[in-house]
Amino acid sequence: MRFAFWRPSRREELGEEIEGHLRMAARERVEHGENAREAERSARREFGNVGLIREVTQDQWGWRWLEQLAQDLRYALRTLRKSPGFTMIAVLTLALGIGANTAIFSVVNSVLIEPLSYPNSQQLVALHQTAPGAAGLASFSEGLPLSASMYFTYAENNRTFQSLGVWATGTASVTGLGNPEQVRTVFVSDGVLQALDVPPLVGRWLSAADQVPRGAQTVMLSYEYWQQHFGGNPSVIGRNVMVDSRPRQIVGVMPAGFRVVDAAPDLIIPFAFDRGKLILAGFGCNGIARLKPEATIAQANADIARMIPIWMHTWSNGPGTNPLFYLTWKITPAIRPLKQEVVGNVADVLWIVMATLGIVMLIVCANVGNLLLVKIEGRQQELSIRAVLGAPTSRIVRGLMLECVVLGLLGGTLGLALAQVGLRLLLGIGPENLPRLNEISLGSRAPEFALLLSLLSALLFGLIAVLKHARTGIPAGLRSGGRTASVSREGHRARNVLVVVQVAMALVLLVSAGLMIRTFQKLRRVDPGFSDAAHLQLARISIPGVLVPQPQRVTRMQNDIADKLRAIPGVTSVGFASEMPMEGIESAWDEITVEGKNYPSDAIPPLYLYEYVSPNFFHTAGTRIVAGRELTWTDIYGQRPVGLVSENLARDMWGAPANALGKRFREFSSEPWREVIGVVQNVSADGVNKKPPEIVYWPSMAANLYGPGPVGAVRTVTFAIRSSRAGTQSFLNEVRQAVWSVSPSLPLASVRTMQNVYDQSLAQSSFALVMLAIAATMALVLGIIGIYGVVSYVVGQRRHEIGIRLALGALPQDIGGMVLREGGRLAAAGIVLGLVVSFILTRLMATMLFGVSANDPFTLVAVVVLLLGVVLLACWIPARRAMHVDPMVALRYE
Amino acid sequence: MKSRYQNRIELLQGTLDLLILQTLQWGAQHGYGISQAIRARSGDALQVDTGSLYPALHRLERQKWIAAAWKVSENKQRVRVYRLTAAGKRQLLSERSRWEQLSEAIAGILSPVKENEA
Repeated sequence: MRFAFWRPSRREELGEEIEGHLRMAARERVEHGENAREAERSARREFGNVGLIREVTQDQWGWRWLEQLAQDLRYALRTLRKSPGFTMIAVLTLALGIGANTAIFSVVNSVLIEPLSYPNSQQLVALHQTAPGAAGLASFSEGLPLSASMYFTYAENNRTFQSLGVWATGTASVTGLGNPEQVRTVFVSDGVLQALDVPPLVGRWLSAADQVPRGAQTVMLSYEYWQQHFGGNPSVIGRNVMVDSRPRQIVGVMPAGFRVVDAAPDLIIPFAFDRGKLILAGFGCNGIARLKPEATIAQANADIARMIPIWMHTWSNGPGTNPLFYLTWKITPAIRPLKQEVVGNVADVLWIVMATLGIVMLIVCANVGNLLLVKIEGRQQELSIRAVLGAPTSRIVRGLMLECVVLGLLGGTLGLALAQVGLRLLLGIGPENLPRLNEISLGSRAPEFALLLSLLSALLFGLIAVLKHARTGIPAGLRSGGRTASVSREGHRARNVLVVVQVAMALVLLVSAGLMIRTFQKLRRVDPGFSDAAHLQLARISIPGVLVPQPQRVTRMQNDIADKLRAIPGVTSVGFASEMPMEGIESAWDEITVEGKNYPSDAIPPLYLYEYVSPNFFHTAGTRIVAGRELTWTDIYGQRPVGLVSENLARDMWGAPANALGKRFREFSSEPWREVIGVVQNVSADGVNKKPPEIVYWPSMAANLYGPGPVGAVRTVTFAIRSSRAGTQSFLNEVRQAVWSVSPSLPLASVRTMQNVYDQSLAQSSFALVMLAIAATMALVLGIIGIYGVVSYVVGQRRHEIGIRLALGALPQDIGGMVLREGGRLAAAGIVLGLVVSFILTRLMATMLFGVSANDPFTLVAVVVLLLGVVLLACWIPARRAMHVDPMVALRYE
Repeated sequence: MKSRYQNRIELLQGTLDLLILQTLQWGAQHGYGISQAIRARSGDALQVDTGSLYPALHRLERQKWIAAAWKVSENKQRVRVYRLTAAGKRQLLSERSRWEQLSEAIAGILSPVKENEA
């Protein structure tokens, strides 16, 4: 717009300059004695043609092309205004495509491309390790976490890290600030905050001095927690909060939005490792480090590999144990960039969605291109006349391209607005656990992307139009002289190719969406190991040791809570466990040995997941007892040496579930044997798309609960409450009252139904499903519009011919069949092409599929039938119109 | 054919450019002043066509050999005054030497006739 203001002023200046010249020439003539009027006239005569000179001079400015461009632009705008229907459809289609693509681009950009929001985040790494030699561990995709002793060894002996630390997530109850509250915590060792390098907003970081056991008890607050509970008052530094019934001094507040990798804690609490008591084992911490500026990941891996023997020689698992036995685990460092750790496997899904919407964009371009072809055919005469009147081909081509660019930019602008809406929608249906969710926004790159996409698509469909124009050429346009009845074969061919391509791409997207639907069906059909999840209320309750020291009293309290909950109207059953399936709580596993089985002395017995459960838990959750019985309170209070196992574990160990009953097994070789009293059905603890793990279930209170030692009770458990009122607000209030009637200082955390947990475990699949379904629907609708447009256009063009046929005695059915065949031929070609393409492309989504092959015949057949049906439906309307052509009218028209 | 046509134009332009640059070498001047100066210096032999002068001035300006600014003349009139830029001075030198070569060459072609006569 700027040059429009700037331009006249420059022109005026030239005018003033010339006027000045004339005045000076006239004045000189007056000085030489001519009279004023005569002088002015001869000055003008001498000067020459002012208008021409001005124009020639203006040509020297080098903006001629700009002026022409402005002219062409005005022309393009006028042309588009003249056909508002076409313009609107084209712009809307483009806006949809560009909007959807820009929205998903924003997600991909914020999640996958933008660096993490830590200073110099490319130096941050996650200290991953694998232990292929550890039986059982191999099934854990997360690899081998670090032990506290590993942390000390690595932190003190490394050569490649600036700082290194370990962290773990947890929960804690905070009391003394209104209602007791369960909060999210992150435990950090020295080195974690230092590696992340985000300065505290107020106060100081936790450091080495804070992790001395029996030293000062300290804590840091998150910005959000600080605002909520202390109104953002900076004088909180130095005050105490009661965390798990123990006072901790607040030493600092982290800035808003701060996360420890993917965890957003309310409180950050220092680890307090007692160096004197550390052993080799205890692999439960996440390692994080900042590389030295010049260090590479390969060097860091080599550095860790060098330190593993140091670790084995520095620490032990207690007298009489062989520290070198970890050699058999083959612990191998596998350091990953922190971003990869945060983003995880969501990258696959996002790229697939992005690719899918990219295909939709191609379909959009094909559709707009098709519309343009029809329009240009109508404008052939005008274009030809312009050409004959001397407009150079380049000028006409530029005009057409400009029209396309204007369309593209209009579509892009509207698309950007749609992207804004779409992004909100996307985040609404997106997985709640989508990494970096808080960082997703349209961002500064979105407009650039929308612009680029607009121009690229304008180029694409503009090229289609221009090629078409070039092919037809000028003479053809004039020769037809307004008689559009004889449309060139080329025109058909170009449009047909576009329609075939559209159908093919729609098929690819439908197949992808179909495969996701099938995947979802299969996932839904998997028996997760619990039933009627919507009516299973969950709440996590932790009883701190400071509040209730004795294990028996903890169990008593849990028993009381269960009884109170059971007494709520509408509750049919209550139980609790250390974790519910799919809850995502970090798993624990142990060596399990079976009586009567010989284990080679140098090998380690296999590791199995274990959980603690209450009586009545399996009944409440709807987990079938395959053989034997559940625990009773008598088992628990009597501290009977008993346990339950999952069906797959029973088959592994004893061949059949029934054989397991009465058999004995134990955790560590030093512990007493325990008897199998029951076998329960397999539970998909890691989500229905994963193989159910083998699990051991121990009583919630037992001797040697956490390894050799006196009696212990599990203090943090998830209560499961079976009730038809689950999830309603009134019910939750009654649940809280019931819990607080037992102990008023117990907070309830993770209050949700099992259905929420289940849905969330499927969130990634359902996100992909919804996105693919949206894309496929768009593709299908656009494809239908494309086919309908072409077929009805052809029918319109062939009215005359159809009239003659009918007059000569052809039956209307024949005519209808002819039109349907025309559409069917296009569809068939598109389907064949689409099948070939989808055969290649659907392999890429193999990781997202479950229970179906990428070439699932059922899906393919269903999609082909659907597509054929829809295409025939789209052709049926023009076909009917063709059947009802009145021969007299058609011929008279001619 | 096209290129020959362009050569002719270029030659004429080159000459006019040289004359304009040379005129501005003596001091900043407006368009009318330039045409008057060329006319006076050539003893009225060269009449600059305004139809060529203004396009030439604006072309030279675009090539940054001369720069223009609005000034108020002694007659209290707003005039567009051109002056030589550093790049213009260099251009003037090279065009002058080209012109000298050209006139020498032409003189060389013409002079043998004179020698024969002598």
